[in-house]
Amino acid sequence: MTPTPETTTGAPATATAAAAGAPATATTAALALGDDALVLSHRLAEWAGHAPVLEEEVALANIALDLLGQARVLLSMARDEDELAYLREERAFTNLQLVEQPNGDFAHTIARQLLFSTYQRFLYEALAGDPVFGPLAAKAVKEVAYHQDHAEQWTLRLGDGTDESHRRMQRGLDALWRYSGEMFRPVAGLEAVNWQELEARWLASVNAVIERATLTVPEGPRHGAWAAGAGRQGLHTEPFGRMLAEMQHLHRSHPGASW
Amino acid sequence: MVTAARTPLEERLLELAGTVPDPELPMVTLRELGIVRDVRMSAPGRVQVEITPTYTGCPAVEAMSSDIEELLHAEGVAEVTVRTVLAPAWSTDDITAEGRRKLAESGIAPPRPQPADGPIPLTLAVRCPHCGSTETELLSRFSSTACKALRRCVSCREPFDHFKEL
Repeated sequence: MTPTPETTTGAPATATAAAAGAPATATTAALALGDDALVLSHRLAEWAGHAPVLEEEVALANIALDLLGQARVLLSMARDEDELAYLREERAFTNLQLVEQPNGDFAHTIARQLLFSTYQRFLYEALAGDPVFGPLAAKAVKEVAYHQDHAEQWTLRLGDGTDESHRRMQRGLDALWRYSGEMFRPVAGLEAVNWQELEARWLASVNAVIERATLTVPEGPRHGAWAAGAGRQGLHTEPFGRMLAEMQHLHRSHPGASW
Repeated sequence: MVTAARTPLEERLLELAGTVPDPELPMVTLRELGIVRDVRMSAPGRVQVEITPTYTGCPAVEAMSSDIEELLHAEGVAEVTVRTVLAPAWSTDDITAEGRRKLAESGIAPPRPQPADGPIPLTLAVRCPHCGSTETELLSRFSSTACKALRRCVSCREPFDHFKEL
């Protein structure tokens, strides 16, 4: 073997899905989970400079950073992380529609965070022993536990706060509820997950928080009428294209540039 | 995973790599934080170092890697590869006693020990690193870096960082 210099410094951890002898569906799953983390990370980063208080400025940026770290590991399992993040078209992204929804007001962001962090925590717990995704899942689940706690505490505080905060928190949950059903469509390559059980656990957890917060569990459907297949099949809502344009603009304008 | 014992040279390089200060918490070394996992020599002058991040998205990993490379190059190792590993997941229990002492000395409350599996014990108080009071309150779960929470001492009123349990 020729001793060529290796340059793995800075590259995210773990072997590629292919190197681990995993089936091609592992790549599909790595992209789905990686896109969820990447897109939500970008949405949360949009709060920088706009959060209602300094502590939340820091908190949302920290959560975004955790998600970005997960995204780097997951996307690198599939292919080159930068190419995937910056050079794919909208239809090639397989993230959930929930995570691409615009931030709205702070309560809307917290509602999105509650629905997603609860899902991500239970999903990572289910994957902790998986041969391909276990190393990341077992590590990231500890980070996500803090995200979920943060979202729950704010849901309680806003729901059981003033009339105005209660109204806004309820509005956020009502608006996002229709995107929650998609999370439990089975993802190929994640055979360790029992999706029905995951959904039941999620419903029990989220409903309990909503009720403790003196809010009402939304009654509307948990799927959009037109959204069959939705994000995991590359079908996205209108705001996603604009988000991608902003996220990819610099990289596409200056190909190969570095600091 | 390689389980063979390290050679004396590998032990020495492991110790050396562990002396690199953390880029964000320069009062503690990578060894005290439990970040450097292994050093292996695959051929003369060719070394692979394994480190593990505290948080998956820790932005200091790249600085740590280049600091380790620089140090080992200066020691005469021609080729250094730093690899990031995730499993087993890093835990705040990996921070050494000396590391905890140095954190506290610098005004950062060290993490409490993780509860073992089973019932969670009575919550241990987080002690104020300034006045030693155990009467402290949480201001925010997130602080200046991913690994810290922001608290305030009820006795002396000073805010302080707490290395939160992971």
